[in-house]
Amino acid sequence: MAKPPTLKFDTLSLHAGQQADPITGARATPIYQSASFVFKDTDYAAGLFNMERAGHVYSRLSNPTNAVLEERIATLDNGVGGISTASGQAAIHLAIATLVSAGEHIVASRSIYGGTHNLLDYTLRRFGIETTFVNPRSPDAFKRAIKKNTKLIFGEILGNPRLEVLNIPVLAEIAHNAGLPLMVDATFATPYLCRPIDFGANIVMHSATKFLSGHGVVIGGLLVDGGNFDWEASGKHKTMSDPYPGFQNLNFAEEFGPAAFITRARREGLRDFGACMSPTTAFQILQGMETLPLRMQRHVENTQVIVEFLAEQEEVEWLNHPMLPDHPDHDLAQSLLPKGCGAVFSFGIKGGRGAGIKFIENLELFSHLANVGDAKSLVIHPASTTHHRMDAEALVSAGISEGLIRLSVGLEDPSDLTFDLRRGLRASQKG
Amino acid sequence: MYATIANHKTFFSTGSGIHNPDFPSVIFLHGAGMDHTIWVLASRYFARHNFNVFAFDFPGHGRSQGELCQSINEFSDWLNDASIELNINEAAIVGHSMGSLVALNFAARYSQKVRSLALLGTSTPMQVADQLLEASRNNHHDAIDMANTWSHSNFGHIGGNESPGLVMTLGGQRLLERAKDNVFFTDLNACNSFVNGAELAASISCESLILVGTKDRMTAPISAFKVAELIPNSRTATLNQCGHSMLSEQPNAVLDALITIV
Repeated sequence: MAKPPTLKFDTLSLHAGQQADPITGARATPIYQSASFVFKDTDYAAGLFNMERAGHVYSRLSNPTNAVLEERIATLDNGVGGISTASGQAAIHLAIATLVSAGEHIVASRSIYGGTHNLLDYTLRRFGIETTFVNPRSPDAFKRAIKKNTKLIFGEILGNPRLEVLNIPVLAEIAHNAGLPLMVDATFATPYLCRPIDFGANIVMHSATKFLSGHGVVIGGLLVDGGNFDWEASGKHKTMSDPYPGFQNLNFAEEFGPAAFITRARREGLRDFGACMSPTTAFQILQGMETLPLRMQRHVENTQVIVEFLAEQEEVEWLNHPMLPDHPDHDLAQSLLPKGCGAVFSFGIKGGRGAGIKFIENLELFSHLANVGDAKSLVIHPASTTHHRMDAEALVSAGISEGLIRLSVGLEDPSDLTFDLRRGLRASQKG
Repeated sequence: MYATIANHKTFFSTGSGIHNPDFPSVIFLHGAGMDHTIWVLASRYFARHNFNVFAFDFPGHGRSQGELCQSINEFSDWLNDASIELNINEAAIVGHSMGSLVALNFAARYSQKVRSLALLGTSTPMQVADQLLEASRNNHHDAIDMANTWSHSNFGHIGGNESPGLVMTLGGQRLLERAKDNVFFTDLNACNSFVNGAELAASISCESLILVGTKDRMTAPISAFKVAELIPNSRTATLNQCGHSMLSEQPNAVLDALITIV
């Protein structure tokens, strides 16, 4: 049997979601910097509000520029639809707010971005949503943590900071057997390196600030619905399968089928919480996504050079990257991320906190800042910056040693990067 | 909403409307392997405009129980059972692809119950490619890939959906993936085996509209125009650059056309 040909990833990175403008012929996606859109007539307006007509009303709900970005990321991620949000944090909040209510529960990997941990462990708890954090390498721990009121399983494709590889197929099976969706933060991988939906995940989110845009000039988030979770069969999510009084008793699962989640997220969460993305930001992220395959390939190649370089340096106490055969998730990484495990990783420098500070302060090419996924190489020493209030013991409990350095490898010539790292390493060991 | 049709629990969407015996009715019939969700926008429009909407899931499809219909005649007879059970004395019938054959058949054989007819993505005969039929017989995912790929125009494959943020091709794929084993094959086989469509079309007396996508690769435009020639009181509406999945590729144009006939 012959499968008919379809457009490939690299082509879709450039084209998905966008046609040349039918009026002006503009090839690039225009920035529709407009808060609202004129109705053809009153009945058409009512139709737009009542979801009888396809189109745009107000840019908090949707915008033509954002729609291109949303359709593009959903296409690349093998999902049925996407939503752009003001930040990655807004994307995860939108997903949770769509599915989880006060008195309900989430099971999450404990190796996640600090901002997400804050949201789950402190802020959402204040709103009555509890989270149990578990070891991402223990599927049994996820299974044991599921309660009657659990509504969502969550993890990051590559854990922070140890780069644990999330076993998506196994966790998806555990989640689905319990009638729960699996949501994955795939920021570090992008769909170029891993499409979690292909492995059974149901919802994917990205901080588009990182590799998707690549230029580090905007803040944005993206949420993708795999359309592969049967909300009615699960029966655990009333927001999806019960009539919604906020929209004339609309039952989203019943009326929208595979697109139920993303439709409810747009029509409730985006409408009411309002954490939408600016059209100009959407345009800028689209510029980055056009070159995503090329950039990610180079990120991965440069990372390989840097990892191999660091592995040979005597100032390096330990090195943690799934591409290394001794990494606990090496085999899983080969299976889920065959093109590479991204460009963010950490290593330990001999000499602890003091050596880490000297290393950072003697780098000239790596930028010292709190971000990852830029085209430029970035570095941070958590013990002297983001976690500077913690003593050695507290750092260990957070999975961070005093000498831990996190790199985000950029697109520079790798020999320039190794030269810079060599300079920093030498300086780190001087008295 | 659920009803018992031919002893089986059957689902139909009302488009979030409340039925009223004084309102006119409209029936929506989905295509092979699909369900009522393809009609969500049109269903909601006509419900708001005081129509009793019946967007059915055929037996064994979507939320409906029951044995799969093996032929277009069986589908049509089942629809008659449904109309009796639900007290639908007369309705506009709107069908897409396989649903258009059921609509055509019903309009010919149960003409007194049909106020008007809209056939979307239609042809008669509706021959199904051998490799598609064979793949579907084995419940192979290639069948979904073939149907979904051929059902969308180049526009559909690139994107630029009128419905913000939704992917036309993948939405169709996920819907077909939800169908139970043998559903897609049985439907396609029913289409392939329906051979007296031309004869039936000639006997249809109600006002009819045929929607033609100029880039339809599943039911070629030339075939759709031939159906229009066969039905005496018919007209056509052409959707430029539109593929077979016209409800996802051009939902607003489809609705505009339906408003003129329903």
